[in-house]
Amino acid sequence: MAVLVLLVHEAGRIKTPSRAAVAAAASLGDIHALVAGADTEAAAQAAARLPGVARVLRAEAPALAHPLAEPLAALLVSLAPGYSHILAGADAIGKNVIPRAAALLDSQPISDVCAVIDADHFVRPIYAGNALAHVHSADAIKFITIRAASFDAVAETGGSADIHPVTLPELATPAHFLRAELSNSARPELPAARVVVSGGRGIGSAANFALLDPVADLLGAAVGASRAAVDAGYIGNDSQVGQTGKIVAPELYIAVGISGAIQHLAGMKDSKVIVAINKDAEAPIFQVADFGLVADLFTTLPALAGELARSKAEQA
Amino acid sequence: MKILVPVKRVVDYNVKIRVRSDHSGVETNGVKMSMNPFDEIAVEAAIRLKEAGAAGEIIAVSAGPAAASETIRTALAMGADRGILVQSDAELQPLGVAKLLAALVRQESPDLVIMGKQAIDDDMNATGQMLAALLGWPQATFASAIAVAGPGIEVTREIDGGLETLSLPLPAVITTDLRLNEPRYASLPNIMKARKKTIDQLTPEALGVDVTPRLRTLRVEEPPRRQAGRIVGSVDELVAALRDEAKVI
Repeated sequence: MAVLVLLVHEAGRIKTPSRAAVAAAASLGDIHALVAGADTEAAAQAAARLPGVARVLRAEAPALAHPLAEPLAALLVSLAPGYSHILAGADAIGKNVIPRAAALLDSQPISDVCAVIDADHFVRPIYAGNALAHVHSADAIKFITIRAASFDAVAETGGSADIHPVTLPELATPAHFLRAELSNSARPELPAARVVVSGGRGIGSAANFALLDPVADLLGAAVGASRAAVDAGYIGNDSQVGQTGKIVAPELYIAVGISGAIQHLAGMKDSKVIVAINKDAEAPIFQVADFGLVADLFTTLPALAGELARSKAEQA
Repeated sequence: MKILVPVKRVVDYNVKIRVRSDHSGVETNGVKMSMNPFDEIAVEAAIRLKEAGAAGEIIAVSAGPAAASETIRTALAMGADRGILVQSDAELQPLGVAKLLAALVRQESPDLVIMGKQAIDDDMNATGQMLAALLGWPQATFASAIAVAGPGIEVTREIDGGLETLSLPLPAVITTDLRLNEPRYASLPNIMKARKKTIDQLTPEALGVDVTPRLRTLRVEEPPRRQAGRIVGSVDELVAALRDEAKVI
């Protein structure tokens, strides 16, 4: 039986968590990928190029201009017969839509899956990743969101799938989109970044967060934050790394002025290399760090930027 | 406007949890329990709507063991008007809870359900979306702002890359994100007053809801532990280690 993966797209590209969901679906069956929107030409082409995708379903309708839960869930429900599994990345859209669609088909969703053992057996983190639950689902159609940090996203090219149009069922969509305020950052997005530089309460103010910029620029890094920094109003919640924010697993994670609450560790402890910079030698972050530097961040960050620039110049 | 606020009793967020040695789950015996933090935000949001004159009655509901009435009592002490406990000692999963809440909504006819986006025990992030689906109501998940606008509401949501604002007619389901508000502590007089507020008791059977779990937990494991590395003495040493040893820059 085939499986269906809901893809999130932006500017004609398929987002990283969705490509991780395609990777996670590989062992479950032939992969059909759903692209929905008001203008999906480029995104459908991009989906067709994803390695492993056998067929692209393209749903184009004005009601899909914004990825609202109600029309997307209705679309998934209309397509569900014939699929054993319906997957999405555990991003803001997947988390919003998948449980709604699952409930409409009397299925218990399986959220934030970090390993696929077989068609019925999945592993997912609970208690902020402090335990891993192996769960078995007997539901006829399994609805799953995929923890992107646990799978290597498929490449953007290599495949050549056919594209089939599908129609959005008629439905009243009572909720409507008013406006969005998106941070226009030139930096990579957190779930896709090879390097993440994060600041915590120790940064001290919203203005001081700019101290992370030179280091992030030199490393091509995304900028993240602990919940404490978000709570203190230093930076937007879309930058939050942790149990209730983004889950990341970059090659290099640099935690600056972050104490290392369980909540935060849940979002970054699978990073390949972790660096902690904190003036408190007792901070729990040092217990998970590969390299720790006990130092004042205000003198360390400019020095680090200088040394990274020097190292980069030498390597060039 | 009548508001229903579901609240869940979970292991307190400060407790360092322990996986049972037989791998059947996480130890909850003798562990401090509290209201799920996102549900506290939901209770606070409902109270603020009431204080602003936009809401009338606030009903706090919970599904779980008898002790979950303590969690409802906390919501009553914060400012909810009355409580409903759906008592069950069985394992309750989000689909079952969503069905219980849908049954309560049909009984109580609230205009709005405000609930936490996720419980910090199972981290499912699903019940609100499922409740909205079962009722055929619109949903606004991950809310960071709620405003009453004419006959409906405007909800600002935390999305990847920023915020979006939706307009929803009532009735609707909202799930709360952490920036929505800072929940109040119940004052002593309000804790005393809450003791006199009523908590009605129901069962899944009385509501005609089958809560049989759909997911079977095969086992629960400790995640692989990360080894602490080493402390470096200087920025130069750090950069050299990242370049020559870890080879990540």
